[in-house]
Amino acid sequence: MKDLVIIGGGPAGMSAALAAYEQGIRDILILERDSSLGGILQQCIHNGFGLHKFGEELTGPEYAWRYEEKVRALNIPCKLNTMVLDISDQKVITATNREDGIFQIQARAIILAMGCRERPRGALNIAGARPAGIFSAGCAQKLINVEGYLPGKNVVILGSGDIGLIMARRMMLEGAKVHAVCELMPYSGGLARNIQQCLHDFDIPLKLSHTVVEIHGRERLEGVTIAQVGKDRRPIAGTEEYIPCDTLLLSVGLIPENELSKSAGIALDPITGGAVVDQDRQTSCKGIFACGNVLHVHDLVDYVSDEAELAGKSAAAYLQGASAPACSIPLKTGNLVRYTVPQVITEKKSVTVYFRVADVRRKVQVQVWSNDRLLYSKKKASVAPGEMEALTLSAALLEDASELTICIKEDQA
Amino acid sequence: MNRELTCIICPLGCKINVQLEEGEVLAVSGNTCPRGKTYAITECTAPMRTLTTSVRCQNGRLLSVKTDRPIPKEKQLEAMEIINHLHPALPIAVGDVIMKDVFGADVIATKNIN
Repeated sequence: MKDLVIIGGGPAGMSAALAAYEQGIRDILILERDSSLGGILQQCIHNGFGLHKFGEELTGPEYAWRYEEKVRALNIPCKLNTMVLDISDQKVITATNREDGIFQIQARAIILAMGCRERPRGALNIAGARPAGIFSAGCAQKLINVEGYLPGKNVVILGSGDIGLIMARRMMLEGAKVHAVCELMPYSGGLARNIQQCLHDFDIPLKLSHTVVEIHGRERLEGVTIAQVGKDRRPIAGTEEYIPCDTLLLSVGLIPENELSKSAGIALDPITGGAVVDQDRQTSCKGIFACGNVLHVHDLVDYVSDEAELAGKSAAAYLQGASAPACSIPLKTGNLVRYTVPQVITEKKSVTVYFRVADVRRKVQVQVWSNDRLLYSKKKASVAPGEMEALTLSAALLEDASELTICIKEDQA
Repeated sequence: MNRELTCIICPLGCKINVQLEEGEVLAVSGNTCPRGKTYAITECTAPMRTLTTSVRCQNGRLLSVKTDRPIPKEKQLEAMEIINHLHPALPIAVGDVIMKDVFGADVIATKNIN
């Protein structure tokens, strides 16, 4: 029996463990699949992490080390090289590693912090053969930054999310030539700063509203055909262009890794791909909490740490006998809002709601409605799917709410 | 002359407008913080970038490194040439200087390897 077991030793898992420890929980165990703590940060050797949490610009490994150092100093137990195979709805964890074989742990509380994985090529339906040379951007990142192999010399990148942009610069620095970054949407999903410092700095063309329509080559990739897409995101005939290349990187989205959550019978949100949670990040399974990219994909690791601290505190409160939920106010998505986290509010206290919009808009109002009553309205200069939005609802606002809808009111002008 | 910039100092990515005359910055607007103004002026006169990369240690493992301050933007590839020749001995801790003065910055480790 363990008080608190944390699945995943990345930024979310470590922050959650430290927060629970700070609240007085001592019987903690972190289970990590990799041979070291830090998760994906270990391969994110670029800088730009930690401005919000530490007030300085750190690289991924440095950010991870700030947390690992504390976990080690407090002697919070971790099992590395350990793969969790199953979580039951009774909070029995089945895991395996080389030393212990297959073993089970009964936990009183669990925090899910497994992170996410990349959308693979199979999800895209690109025509053509299956030659070598097609990598997900994160896979190429690991090959270059951790293993020390350059996956190719002439590169096309599909998808302009931050990982794709960062990899464009990384491949150029290592001596490869990046011929183009294609983005299906009419705007980039990455941060504006990355378009500047990763693409413009190296004169890499960003082709918006373009996609890869055909892959050429049998053994090794020889080239790709790209084409412009219309408003319906379908290729426009006659706009095809052939680009010779030996490498195609895919940076086409991330999916929370929730196989274990499913085995525990936790309710998932079909939009986020993560668990449905309340304001404390507790899932539909009492005593199981979720945070970080396993819950929803975040823009910045700093926000992952914030969310994980909340989950760690909440798990501690649960273990220390916090009272049962006082209410159940569902948060619904209205015009242009894709999802919210949390999806339900079970206590009438000040709650910060995170959400993402479905499309780019300028001059809008973020509104919260309770049935037909407007509770909250705030002007925003612009909203974009690549940037998570947040709003804080006060306890007073929630006082007699029974159901809340968050929507974007578009400017009439 | 006006120049539109995207600030790279933080994830906000402010759109900054710079008024230039013969290479001299006359006015900066659109920035949300003072660091944005500094960035805009440097970017228009002598652009600088922090370089992050990795080097192979003597035991064959890869060590992630960075320049401890920004270096001239156009020197990034030259700096890569120099840094790629480094093969430091172990152990190495976060913050250890791997090489001094590469275009005005020290190359430091961002990872521990024992």
